[in-house]
Amino acid sequence: MSIYLNKDSKVIVQGITGGEGTKHTALMLKAGTNIVGGVNARKAGTTVTHGDQDIKVYGTVAEAKAETGADVSIVFVPPKFTKDAVVEAIEAEVGLVVVITEGVPVQDSAEFWALAQSKVDADGNQITRIIGPNCPGIITPGEALVGITPNNITQKGPIGLVSKSGTLTYQMMYELRDLGFSTAIGIGGDPVIGTTHIDALAAFEADPETKAIVMIGEIGGDAEERAADYIKANVTKPVVGYVAGFTAPEGKTMGHAGAIVSGSAGTAQAKKEALEAAGVKVGKTPSETARLLREVFAAL
Amino acid sequence: MDLYEYQARDLFEAHGVPVLAGIVAYTPEEAKAAAEKIGGVVVVKAQVKVGGRGKAGGVKVAKTADEAFEHATNILGMDIKGHTVNKVMIAQGADIAEEFYFSVLLDRANRNYLAMCSVEGGMEIEVLAVERPDALAKVAVDPLVGIDAAKAAEIVAEANFPEELRAKVADTIQKLWVVFKEEDATLVEVNPLVKTGAGDIVALDGKVSLDENASEVRHPDHEALEDKEAADPLEAKAAAAGLNYVKLDGEVGIIGNGAGLVMSTLDVVAYAGENHGSVKPANFLDIGGGASAEVMANGLDVILNDPQVKSVFVNVFGGITACDAVANGIVGALNTLGDAANKPLVVRLDGNNVEEGRAILAEANHPLVTLAATMDEGADKAAELANAAK
Repeated sequence: MSIYLNKDSKVIVQGITGGEGTKHTALMLKAGTNIVGGVNARKAGTTVTHGDQDIKVYGTVAEAKAETGADVSIVFVPPKFTKDAVVEAIEAEVGLVVVITEGVPVQDSAEFWALAQSKVDADGNQITRIIGPNCPGIITPGEALVGITPNNITQKGPIGLVSKSGTLTYQMMYELRDLGFSTAIGIGGDPVIGTTHIDALAAFEADPETKAIVMIGEIGGDAEERAADYIKANVTKPVVGYVAGFTAPEGKTMGHAGAIVSGSAGTAQAKKEALEAAGVKVGKTPSETARLLREVFAAL
Repeated sequence: MDLYEYQARDLFEAHGVPVLAGIVAYTPEEAKAAAEKIGGVVVVKAQVKVGGRGKAGGVKVAKTADEAFEHATNILGMDIKGHTVNKVMIAQGADIAEEFYFSVLLDRANRNYLAMCSVEGGMEIEVLAVERPDALAKVAVDPLVGIDAAKAAEIVAEANFPEELRAKVADTIQKLWVVFKEEDATLVEVNPLVKTGAGDIVALDGKVSLDENASEVRHPDHEALEDKEAADPLEAKAAAAGLNYVKLDGEVGIIGNGAGLVMSTLDVVAYAGENHGSVKPANFLDIGGGASAEVMANGLDVILNDPQVKSVFVNVFGGITACDAVANGIVGALNTLGDAANKPLVVRLDGNNVEEGRAILAEANHPLVTLAATMDEGADKAAELANAAK
């Protein structure tokens, strides 16, 4: 088991012919991802070749989905066109849309998120899950990669990981590479994102293969505080946390558009305290966080 | 990007929001000329990106142009909460009958927008929200709809505006929404929004934050709003090289890949510094996923030009860009910089092709470079070297 993504997921790549799209399509194929098509309106009807695999390029997401039965899309298109690409995937009712692009205008994200929220099935469930933007994507080791996470850090295992940061995801997967991961998901560092810490925590709680959870946050907003409330009320599996940015000064954006301390809001200290109050052990450093996870895992 | 009041005023004016005359001045002479041009009573307002300037003496009424000269002389150069005042706005005096509050902002938690409005303006909104929460209307705004006539009517009704003012205020609110939407703002705040003696609605002060991603993608004109004079010279140099750099007050220069890992590196270095003379991280620098030799050289160049820096910690997790490429980048950067590279470098590499990467650095055997096996060890070594060189 895993969350959101497995070996049966059928994936299309929006922006498959661009530089990033080309590079990461090759890496995703190598990781075992079942890529069934690509989308580029200007190159519809052509194919791209990776190794011995020819991948057809479609004019629209709807067409690609109808032809291939795709249920996942990954978006590599530049920020100027990202909203249109995501809207297209939502309109085509793709179940999971992973938006890697960095630098998307935040009002564009707010708009495509509002659209995604408005599209529900007969049971009232949102049809399209969005991960990102500005994220490394999702990996279920040994099964599929929809994102840019290096595939060879670790293997399948009992740890679930959710993080705002890409490289901290890699760092933590590396620290715990002997244990392995059910799924690792990078939700992105923008102010408005689709899938949240809480969504991923709920999914890991429900996933029988996941035995313990690592949650990585950083300064800005109050997502970690809300996740802490959620954990206290809903999560029975052990959660270990890490928060980056204790030394970040007020009012300076630290790389990620959402990583900013405004006045007393969004500090790493406040997030750490909220998580600890919810019974989450919080490491001061990535290595200490890994050590804490090993402790709780050994006690299971 | 936060704007100055005068920049917000100009954006308001450009989108039809009612404002009074206002002219920015950098010297008392300019202030006097502006006061003469506007005529009558004016207000000399310090232009700083921080609240509480009135209490700090940064806002003064001038009845004559000579008084404006005098106030500008006193206010220019003033320090307000650590911000030096280097410009003032000369604003037309207002005949204030009543003060209101309006803002619209990005609501991160709910992933939509939030409009806030009150008939009790003038005081700080944080204070109002705590002391008189019932007096502050909070209305969610759907990003797909925005503040149309119906939403504006809802906002003024929620805020309990008297009937006779509702249409006028709602009209101004819709214009402020246009500013928010068309300029890609994350915050548009007017405090106070006033009713004048003549019954007109006017935005008397403005706070605007713009989304830098949007400015980059579709607002080339926003570049003119950047605060180049206030930027740290090293930050300006880094920005010119396209680097994601923030200057901090410390001795250990930091280079890493990925915003989260770099933030984490700052923290780990600060902890290590506790054992080494309280040295601290000197900067945030994220060279991103593709750590080429050129980017590495640019980054090192900025950091080594910081006179406060005594040592440098390069912390890279090789993902898509493998460690051997990063190692080649470091060696290439050191060659490019030559004698300009004059401070010890601690390098920690992990991830893809880490053995090859370490081998490249070992072979180059640069006298300034020390290899560290882990992030913690590298941070400790860099802190130790910085402390020794203090």
